[in-house]
Amino acid sequence: MLRFIIRRLLLAVLTLTMVSIITFGLFFAVPADPARLQCGQRCTAEQVDAVRANLGLDEPVHEQYVDFVKGIFVGRSYDNGTECGAPCLGLLNVGGREVTEVVADALPITASIAVGAWLIQMTLGIGLGAIAAIKRGRFIDKFAVGASLVGAATPLFFFGPMLLLIFRYELEWLPQPAYVSPLQSIGDWMVGMILPWLAVSLIGFAFETRMTRSQMLETLDEDFIRTSWAKGLRGRTVFGRHALRASITPIATSAGLSLAGLLGGAVVTETIFGLNGLGKRAVDAVRALELSMVMATVLIAALFIVVSTLLVDLLYAVIDPRVRLS
Amino acid sequence: MSDVDKSSATPHTEDTSGPQTSDMPGVEPVLVADMDEEPTTAGVGKPASEIVGRSPMQLAWLRLKRDRTAKVTGALIVLMLVAAYGAPLWALVYGYDAYDQNPDKLDGSAIPLGVLGGVSSEHWLGVVPGNGQDVLMTLLYGIRTSVSIAIVSAIVVVAIGAVIGAVSGYVGGWVDAVISWFIDVMLSFPFLIFALAIVPIVTNLILGGPGARPLWLSSTMLIVTFMVFFWMNTARLVRGQVLSLREREFVEAARASGAGLGHIVFKQLLPNVWAPILVSFSLMVPALVASEAYLAFLGIGVGEPHPDLGRLVSLAVGGVKAQQVGAWFLMMLSGGTILLLVLTFNMFGDAVRDALNPKSHK
Repeated sequence: MLRFIIRRLLLAVLTLTMVSIITFGLFFAVPADPARLQCGQRCTAEQVDAVRANLGLDEPVHEQYVDFVKGIFVGRSYDNGTECGAPCLGLLNVGGREVTEVVADALPITASIAVGAWLIQMTLGIGLGAIAAIKRGRFIDKFAVGASLVGAATPLFFFGPMLLLIFRYELEWLPQPAYVSPLQSIGDWMVGMILPWLAVSLIGFAFETRMTRSQMLETLDEDFIRTSWAKGLRGRTVFGRHALRASITPIATSAGLSLAGLLGGAVVTETIFGLNGLGKRAVDAVRALELSMVMATVLIAALFIVVSTLLVDLLYAVIDPRVRLS
Repeated sequence: MSDVDKSSATPHTEDTSGPQTSDMPGVEPVLVADMDEEPTTAGVGKPASEIVGRSPMQLAWLRLKRDRTAKVTGALIVLMLVAAYGAPLWALVYGYDAYDQNPDKLDGSAIPLGVLGGVSSEHWLGVVPGNGQDVLMTLLYGIRTSVSIAIVSAIVVVAIGAVIGAVSGYVGGWVDAVISWFIDVMLSFPFLIFALAIVPIVTNLILGGPGARPLWLSSTMLIVTFMVFFWMNTARLVRGQVLSLREREFVEAARASGAGLGHIVFKQLLPNVWAPILVSFSLMVPALVASEAYLAFLGIGVGEPHPDLGRLVSLAVGGVKAQQVGAWFLMMLSGGTILLLVLTFNMFGDAVRDALNPKSHK
């Protein structure tokens, strides 16, 4: 077990390193000059050079990469005396704010959207999928299949604005989505988040429903289910304790991955609802050529995916004893 | 459907007709590992009186033809494609094509005049805000753009994934380990953010500066983007299939007679996994139609003035947010078109999958 964990951890670190190297390498093929951007149009060539030297942009790419990684673990100081504390992801070109600060501001918003939507989508998806499998061929099954087909085909950038149009502009039931810290007011937080939650989860549940349903159907065909019926177990026990339990492994994988995907920044959701989470910051940063910010969001999203894959793999061993660790 | 009776206690009553598709030496190896036993029982419902040898492909085709969903969605797809690819012809009759701009149909702030975004006898579904292009024609041309890009990309993506997966599964050892790890790396990239960041940069590099993007360049960029980010699932799928094939006699025979890696991968292994590859392809097309729309919505589809569904939605959403009267109509039309396109392709893809894999649960 320990050997497995260590191996997987090393592999995860290696994966993240590779992601960062690829991202870093690609972004430095950019002709747009970050130093010029930060300095503004009126700078003389010397001033731009000074800024470039200050940011370390005059060094070769691999040294810049080393500086970047060092910044994350021990912090770095720029030549003009700006200090950037331990998890340093660089500075913004415009205004010189620390990227880490911006990320820290954006993360609670993204996390609010992600966790809320994820909970709804999992409950709905697994519940509906399981019921559909149990009531195979009945109305609820057909409804579940139909809803998940439509859900899977609906673009978020269409469904989100549609919710906005109906509930905010036409019916005026809800205010413009906005982030209020749940520590301040749980109620306001939920009111501000409900549209993004619905938009994401009513599309996302489709996948979980389909998977739960097909997995359950497969399990229900198996001999041990017939045996549990023959033993005279009640339906609840057969479905809940035996069938669902045996179907849970792939569901757990997709649950982990979809949470990670959502945490990495709901680009479209945040853009549509105007919420300043990681996704929208990433899009804004791309448009303003704030490369350190883009870099940071790519890395954070990758981190979430890698960590969740790791956790899911470990979880496998717990929920499915048949899985051999190797 | 038919898998209900299959799942009952005695599925193999018709086993007499079974052996003909199973592993017979001499028959050319167009058999797929996990289809060997099943197709005859679940697929051909006919009694064993007339025993006809059918290839797995024919069996799958029979099942597909009998599937109602496949028939309906298939017909819809053909209809949409005829409408979309014939659009330049319809434009002759209709009077406008998607590139004609009609500024006279817009008011001072470039918002369409008239109800529902300028619906009239001339422009059946209104005109696009900003440049006054005809909405109906833009939708048709837009379908053409997105389906063309999706199909070309899907071919490239699935081909790359299949070859990488087959090599990885067949060669094994450290090659397999490295490829599997690299797949993990690629799956860790946040696709949207990354594409959004890198596509404009590369486009500018090629053009030598910002400016109008020609159609060929923006479509190529999209195809390359998909090529880089979408091959992993096919590769994993094919790798899994190849792992179960590589120890089979025909591969061993090929190896023993001195066949090289290229021959074994392309001539022996890949022809044997055509079923999952076909499924992969038919579900890749709608996935790419959707992805293209997402990219276009975020501003990196094919650029103006070329018709693009995602950009149309983004325009309409802008109108809705600015509370323009009638903007919702364009939003429903453009968003609905994408939905319909993805939905029908998805359903058809599911039907293809079910036809090729009789064990799958609908």
